[in-house]
Amino acid sequence: MECFWTWCCDVLRNPTWFYLLTTVAKLVLVFAVILAFVVLSVWIERRVAGWIQDRPGPNRAGLPLFLLKPFGSKKAQPLSGLLHFFGCPPDGCIARLCRWLRLDREIPTFGLMQPCLDGGKLFLKQEITPSYVRKFYFILAPMLVLGPPLVAAAVVPFASEVSTPFGNISMCVANLNIGLLWVFAVSGLSVYGLTLAGWSSNSKYPFLGGLRATAQLISYEVAMGLSVIPLLMVFGTLNLQDIVHTQATDGWTLLPFWGQGLTLQRWVLWIPMALSFLMFATCIFAEANRTPFDMAECETDLVGGYHTEYSSMKFASFFMGEYAAMVIGSAMVVTLFLGGWSIGFGADEALAAWNEWVAVLCQFVMFLLKLLAFIFFFVWVRWTLPRFRWDQVMKLCWLVFVELAVFNIILTAAILYFVK
Amino acid sequence: MSYIPIKRPKFSLLDRIYVVELVKGLGITMRHLILSLLGKSRSKKDFNGAGIGACMPFPEQRWDAHLPSYYRGAPTLVRGEDGRERCVSCQLCEFICPARAIRVVPGTVDPNSPTPKQEKAPAEFEIDMLRCIYCGMCQEVCPEQAIFLSKEYLITLTDRNQALRHKEQLYQLGGTRKGLINKWNPYK
Repeated sequence: MECFWTWCCDVLRNPTWFYLLTTVAKLVLVFAVILAFVVLSVWIERRVAGWIQDRPGPNRAGLPLFLLKPFGSKKAQPLSGLLHFFGCPPDGCIARLCRWLRLDREIPTFGLMQPCLDGGKLFLKQEITPSYVRKFYFILAPMLVLGPPLVAAAVVPFASEVSTPFGNISMCVANLNIGLLWVFAVSGLSVYGLTLAGWSSNSKYPFLGGLRATAQLISYEVAMGLSVIPLLMVFGTLNLQDIVHTQATDGWTLLPFWGQGLTLQRWVLWIPMALSFLMFATCIFAEANRTPFDMAECETDLVGGYHTEYSSMKFASFFMGEYAAMVIGSAMVVTLFLGGWSIGFGADEALAAWNEWVAVLCQFVMFLLKLLAFIFFFVWVRWTLPRFRWDQVMKLCWLVFVELAVFNIILTAAILYFVK
Repeated sequence: MSYIPIKRPKFSLLDRIYVVELVKGLGITMRHLILSLLGKSRSKKDFNGAGIGACMPFPEQRWDAHLPSYYRGAPTLVRGEDGRERCVSCQLCEFICPARAIRVVPGTVDPNSPTPKQEKAPAEFEIDMLRCIYCGMCQEVCPEQAIFLSKEYLITLTDRNQALRHKEQLYQLGGTRKGLINKWNPYK
């Protein structure tokens, strides 16, 4: 044991191995969190859609213990018997958790199993590749949709740093100095997936969907890039970890209530920041292909849009790609405007001074909570707004957002120069 | 002029900025969300709802007591209050049925029966519930008021043969009805 421990320390003391191991650990964590959030956001989407429309939403899928009845369980609700079988006390921690998850009821677990069962259903469905498609691109397209959001997640910081005896760990898979550009560059790649899907399907509605997706994503990329420039002028860096650090000490971009945020300049700067937030959030909606901008899969005029010809797991990867883009979009908004992982009001520094690991854990939880809140906002907007018309989408981008963004840049520059 | 120009509403600047209206819309949906989570959705009572939202959790709670009187469920055959088979096998329902769900084989009435004037009654009467579209045309066309749509809506089959409802079953489901048709009374 002692021998193993010293061997571990030796390995970790080597900077290359230390970097490799911590990066792999962070990679696995980020990947797991994103996939879990993709699943969770599907559940949130369906439940919130239900509540907004005065329905319960999918609340049935779970672990219905009453199904044990045919297998010899005497009682209608065999939870207590099951607990007894595994040797758990009837009023212990596990029993209370089971009761909180409603395993003793007819309708268990709030339908949390629904996305898993949806996945299983899609996996078991018949896989149809129509004979008239371009096979190579047809198979490549779903990968190109699902891949970029997962790659873009590499630069999103999910907590601050910790210092260990072997070196510092920055809680961000790749702490790049061009973090924001990386996100824009990689998420811009997903347009290829949609375009190829539309084109390779060799059928008119997917083709129109692909065309719309191409035009829309490329247009909104311009507006999105321009809308964050004021932010970069204020922060003076593209490194997302540094941006969040600045926000943690000097106040979030949208809530400058502490540190440097209490100066007059920051209060005046709030106006261009709010404008920037509005534009960036809208562009994120458009980039993630969400309502009111889901022109590419507008079922009223395009059947299913670019994924009309897809079925089974290929369709599921489009579906997951869309939700992954939504998660990454929310993560970007949270990182740039809502303080990323920072808890706020100077709590980060106090916690870090007490115990760095606890601070990192709290910040991680805070980040996830913010992410959840913004995903809820995504869903909320989806079930509130109807779809725009195609010409309205294009007008909004080229005639409103681009001009407004340029004006916003000039305004920010003026404020930074004149207001001290 | 062959067309009438529609007067479009003139939007103010505030409307065209869109943000205020957006927030109003978000408020409406949020109110619905909170009300349905609290179980206080509008018209919940009318839908016999329970729990979240205005929905009725179906297998646990049934719609039966709230069905309107004109509800069109599965078609059934009825007997008169004297126990007489009302159907005279005129086959009008068979001919009018748009889904061709009904099959009637006419038969004769026993001359010793209490209503020998009726002369005919169905030897076989079958309704295929897989074909039936619950349109109610059979009920409308029937001159003897012998076929009625019941309020049965929950028809679950485990086998195709179960879908074929025979005469005995249809009479059992329909029961008896009072009055209306009295022309086959032998003393009349």
